[in-house]
Amino acid sequence: MLEFKDTVAEAVADVQDGSTVMIGGFGNAGQPFELIDALLQSGARDLTVVNNNAGQADEGLALLIKEGRVRKMICSFPRQSDSWHFDAKYRAGEIELELVPQGNLAERIRAAGAGIGGFFTPTGYGTMLAEGKETRFLDGKWQVFETPIHADVALIKALKADGKGNLVYRKTARNFGPIMAAAAKQTIVQVSEVVPVGGLDPENVVTPGIYVNTIVKVG
Amino acid sequence: MAETSTSAVPSGTAQKTSDTPLGRDDLARLVARDIAPGSFVNLGIGQPTLVSNYLTEEQNITLHTENGMLGMGPEAKGDEIDPDLINAGKIPVTELPGASYFHHADSFAMMRGGHLDVCVLGAFQVSAKGDLANWHTGAPDAIPAVGGAMDLATGAKDVYVMMTLLSKDGKSKLVPQCTYPVTGVGCVTRVYTDKAVFLITDDGVRVRETFGVTFEELAELMDVPLR
Repeated sequence: MLEFKDTVAEAVADVQDGSTVMIGGFGNAGQPFELIDALLQSGARDLTVVNNNAGQADEGLALLIKEGRVRKMICSFPRQSDSWHFDAKYRAGEIELELVPQGNLAERIRAAGAGIGGFFTPTGYGTMLAEGKETRFLDGKWQVFETPIHADVALIKALKADGKGNLVYRKTARNFGPIMAAAAKQTIVQVSEVVPVGGLDPENVVTPGIYVNTIVKVG
Repeated sequence: MAETSTSAVPSGTAQKTSDTPLGRDDLARLVARDIAPGSFVNLGIGQPTLVSNYLTEEQNITLHTENGMLGMGPEAKGDEIDPDLINAGKIPVTELPGASYFHHADSFAMMRGGHLDVCVLGAFQVSAKGDLANWHTGAPDAIPAVGGAMDLATGAKDVYVMMTLLSKDGKSKLVPQCTYPVTGVGCVTRVYTDKAVFLITDDGVRVRETFGVTFEELAELMDVPLR
């Protein structure tokens, strides 16, 4: 049942301690800062977070990590010039890291939403990141077995939603939004604008409302 | 994946085409010139992105950025800067007419599915068999980060590496076998360096041209047999 909430605090109120939370965004583009701030305020802890990165500077995901709310990061590119909060927790042994090649991360998320139990991919074959994984020679190349990544909750930023929960995004801020929306049990979306049913051209809908549970307008 | 050796040039006769080693910009110009017209190209992050400065309109190249765009334009300046429009290095960029946006799984399907003609990457080391090491030094205190490097290395039809030939301590980075953790196995097809362009072929490493050194001087610097 699709719900429209008045505040970001209400939107994230049901996130439980110990949840796996997918957070959209590539760097700051598409990162749902308002929802993340509300999650921080909610006090939810012991979280496993799935994101491309591990937070930038002193905002958004970086603050969740700084405040010790994240037990484990599943991501492709944690180390950046401004990832000091993750770096400190990692060096102190206070956060677990599952490092995943970016395309495998995206496809594992997609697989979860699409009901795929696993897949073989050439990416990572022969590298440290494929150690211990099943391999097969398929289609003329060695491939590595990868499993889906499911989540309890996805926090996503889109540009607009209509009254049915259909979403459109903006430019490269789309990134992980559509696949995370499908992979999570509960998908919470912050948007800049809500339009009435019929207000989005059906040909241009990127995420159909079937994947969306909660919408909150911000800004 | 290795280039088939169709050149009629006999072994060890690569021409010195410049009296001095090439600088980063000259190297970028050379890579740009070598990319076939109409190609779909990914330039990774860092030094290879310089190549975009030398692509011509006549070449009609479409740039892909892993975070979900085809038709990426030059870096955004001033009023053009839009936080929703960035490249793989998280630098604000512009969109060209005919651009398209797509989600991350589609973006990496383009790579893995073999739809990109060329990607240009930096490297710590490349092996004589085309193994690439560019994501992790393996140092115990290093925080690893891989991003899209493994997907690009595995997926693009041609993987060009741009790097200086020698490390800071004077050792060749084109090596018999990588000592750093690898990013991909047998994936590199060409290596563009300040001192030479190398083609990784089924018959070994062929030198296409040299800069500032002769073929013999180049061979002295390296432990890899050259043709």
